Amino acid sequence: MTVEFAIFLSLAAVAVGASIAMLVSRNAVYSALFLVIVLFAIAVLFLLLSAAFIAMVQVAIYAGAIMVLFLFVIMLLGTENVESEPSHPWQFATALVLSFGLIIQFLIVANGLPGESGGDFGEVAEGFGSPAGIGTLLFEEYLIPFEVTSLLLLAAMVGAIVLTRWERSK
Amino acid sequence: MIPGVSMTHILILSGVLFTLGTLGVLIRRNAIVMFMSIELMLNASNLAFVGFARSMGALSGQVFVFFVIAVAAAEVAVGLALIVAVYRSRSSIDVDRVSDLKG
Amino acid sequence: MTAEALFSLAPLLILFPLLGLVVNIIAGRRLGERGVGIVASAAVGLAFVIAILQFIALRMDPSGATIHIADWIVIGQLEVEWALQIDTLSVTMMLMVTGVGGLIHIYAVGYMHDDVRFQGDPSRFPRFFVYFNLFIAAMLLLVTGDSYLTMFVGWEGVGLCSYLLISFWYEKGEDGIGNALAGKKAFVVNRIGDFGFIIAMLITFWFFGTLTFEEVFNEAEAMGAGAVGAATAITLFLLVGAAGKSAQIPLFVWLPDAMAGPTPVSALIHAATMVTAGIYMLVRNAALLEIATVTPDIIAIIGAATALLAASIAVARFDIKRVLAYSTISQLGFMIAAVGIGAYVAAIFHLVAHAFFKALLFLSAGSVIQGVEHGHHRADSHEEHFNPNDMRVMGGLRTRMKATFWVYLIGALALVGIPPLAGFFSKDEILADALLVSPAVYWVLVGSAFLTAFYMGRQILMVFFGKPRSKAAEAAEESPAVMVAPLVVLAILSVGGGLINSPGLLPLTHFLEDTLEGLREPEFVAAVAAISTLLAVLAIVLAWLVYGRRPMAHDPVRRLGSLWTAIRHRWWVDGFYDWLIVSRYISLSHWLAEVADEQFLHDWVHDTVIARSFVRATNWLASVLDLRLIDRGFDGLGALTRRGAGGLGALQTGYVRNYAVAVFIGMVLVVSYLLLS
Repeated sequence: MTVEFAIFLSLAAVAVGASIAMLVSRNAVYSALFLVIVLFAIAVLFLLLSAAFIAMVQVAIYAGAIMVLFLFVIMLLGTENVESEPSHPWQFATALVLSFGLIIQFLIVANGLPGESGGDFGEVAEGFGSPAGIGTLLFEEYLIPFEVTSLLLLAAMVGAIVLTRWERSK
Repeated sequence: MIPGVSMTHILILSGVLFTLGTLGVLIRRNAIVMFMSIELMLNASNLAFVGFARSMGALSGQVFVFFVIAVAAAEVAVGLALIVAVYRSRSSIDVDRVSDLKG
Repeated sequence: MTAEALFSLAPLLILFPLLGLVVNIIAGRRLGERGVGIVASAAVGLAFVIAILQFIALRMDPSGATIHIADWIVIGQLEVEWALQIDTLSVTMMLMVTGVGGLIHIYAVGYMHDDVRFQGDPSRFPRFFVYFNLFIAAMLLLVTGDSYLTMFVGWEGVGLCSYLLISFWYEKGEDGIGNALAGKKAFVVNRIGDFGFIIAMLITFWFFGTLTFEEVFNEAEAMGAGAVGAATAITLFLLVGAAGKSAQIPLFVWLPDAMAGPTPVSALIHAATMVTAGIYMLVRNAALLEIATVTPDIIAIIGAATALLAASIAVARFDIKRVLAYSTISQLGFMIAAVGIGAYVAAIFHLVAHAFFKALLFLSAGSVIQGVEHGHHRADSHEEHFNPNDMRVMGGLRTRMKATFWVYLIGALALVGIPPLAGFFSKDEILADALLVSPAVYWVLVGSAFLTAFYMGRQILMVFFGKPRSKAAEAAEESPAVMVAPLVVLAILSVGGGLINSPGLLPLTHFLEDTLEGLREPEFVAAVAAISTLLAVLAIVLAWLVYGRRPMAHDPVRRLGSLWTAIRHRWWVDGFYDWLIVSRYISLSHWLAEVADEQFLHDWVHDTVIARSFVRATNWLASVLDLRLIDRGFDGLGALTRRGAGGLGALQTGYVRNYAVAVFIGMVLVVSYLLLS
């Protein structure tokens, strides 16, 4: 067992464990905090996979901005505990069965990977995943999608403001 | 070089996390937790993207992750605004108490 | 100006009358009577000028021209174009039509002014002139058409105008329908003739493959003996057409009734121009007549018989216009007989001369009628059923209507054939030719001429001499100058008209030679002229003996007994037609209407067969097919849909998580499919 595999294994264990904890915890605040753990674990995995820039973005935006937003809303609404008793009993069973089927399918896919991507990760070019590389790609090849993204964010911002506005006149 | 770690491992982890995300969407009634589960699914797919980018040496995969994160941010902003609006009209974010779509 | 340039003006000939009628249709009400009259007369006058120009052009280039206007029908082998044929024959006709027509137009301005007031509808004044101009245009199309079909268009056009003008006062006449019936009779009888014309056209096309006169004649000439049968058939059917239009036996019955129209109509259409169309058409086909075997004899017999029959009927008429109408039939018989004996020039000569003096006679008669009508109104007599046409109420008009009397006398003498008036020369030419070809025809025609002189003498004596036999006649007054002036012009023409083919010089013969080939030069036979003149004088004297000496209570000729009865009843021809055709036709119509239509078709076929089976069928359709099958089928479909919708509706819980499960199921299934495939 190599060091890297050990790191991966522990990170995977943390991520899966925190995910399950997020699912089962009754309190939404705990769920949010468990999710933060998952996100951090994934960010470290990104680093491992030579995606330094993305890892930083993951930490800054997800773990920082988005999760803060979640927590803020939870606390604003005061809805930490909403579920008293489970409704739709068959829903739970169906979900478990389907999830089991899905995992099986993933395993089949993962095992059936073709030769070159099936083996261990090999060498990679110098500066792969660096901010400079991503930036160059972003502003050359993906310039228009990038600009469209900014429009999308603007629309989301406006939408959020409109949706949460108090109707004082009424 | 990442000896001992292969794309298969990454993919399995990604799949497990994705499945957990869907499970969360299906079994939780708290709209905010459902939302978090969706974020988990997105992250699982991001992981697969980064893994394949590394495996194939194609930086575009990482750029896609960047876009996914941007879209997720927008989605969260709007989604949470929706949840706030729903809560305002019903004083609850229990999705099982919202069945206006019933035909 | 070259002849060609003048020929190219020919379309204006037809265009001017059409223009006049369009102007009168559009602006007739605003122009007033004077304006309408000027427009209509000027249109015909301009056409007359064009006709003179064509005449001048023919002097320069006697071969004439064919003026192509447009293609009309081009179907396979059949090619008909609108083209005007300008040759000496058509120019003779167009000069006569526009010249006499123009004079009658001018006369009609004065006549109709009073007529529309007597009849009580002054607003119909413009309409009359619209019809009149239309008639002139159609007649010119008839005489200029270069093929059977274009001629036929004009032929039908004049027939239409005749119909419209006979029944011009369609709400008047016997029982308020008499005029309309007269128009209908003219129309129907003419249809029989037109039927013959159409058949002749079909045979022509079938046999010669063309409808253009020139081509047909050339073909016929080239084929020689091979064309005899076809030429005979064609000319026989053309004779049917001519008999209809020119009022010959057996189709003459419509013309006397046509006198229901206003007098200018009788003069223009039913004496001077339209009725001569049949003669013109036969003369136009002289080339075929020369080839045909039996037809000329039949034509001669029909013409002579008609001349005699009509002349005899005219003796017993009391209506001033009917006398002239039968006289017209009789004279047309002369012309037809002339065509039959091959004296084409004589026929055309008599046609033109007859146009002059018969137009004059009719217009003068119109003047007399209106004078009496005026007198009737002036005398303020309230006689019921006063008929201003009846010669029995006239008498002594000589002094009251001097100008009319003199022109009438000239017209009558011209008709009778007193030298040197127009009728003398033209009738004599026919008689001389007849004597050469067929003595039998000659004697029949001489007999007719004798009767002509007798009935004209009778008419003059009854109308103008003796004492007035009614208050209206006493108070009769002369017509206005606008009516008298054309009469004077026509009187001059009637006097001098004989010059157009005077013996020795024969200008008309030489003129027509360019169109009609192989003409005989008519000889002036002194004996013939002497005999007919002598007979005419004798007849007039006889008429004076019978009618002139004493006031007349009853017609003295009545003493002839059964002969009188026969001619009084027009030889029972109308009655015979009524019995043979009209009553049969009406009973057939009744039978068709009551038995065939009402009982068979309506009661049985419609009500019983169709209606009942239809009802039964619809009952079955409604109760069995519709209610049981279709309705239930659709009800079932509806119920099925409703139930299905209910079932599916249950799936739509409204819970987001249920939907998410559905999506999830779909996703797993799709991935499974992808993995397995």
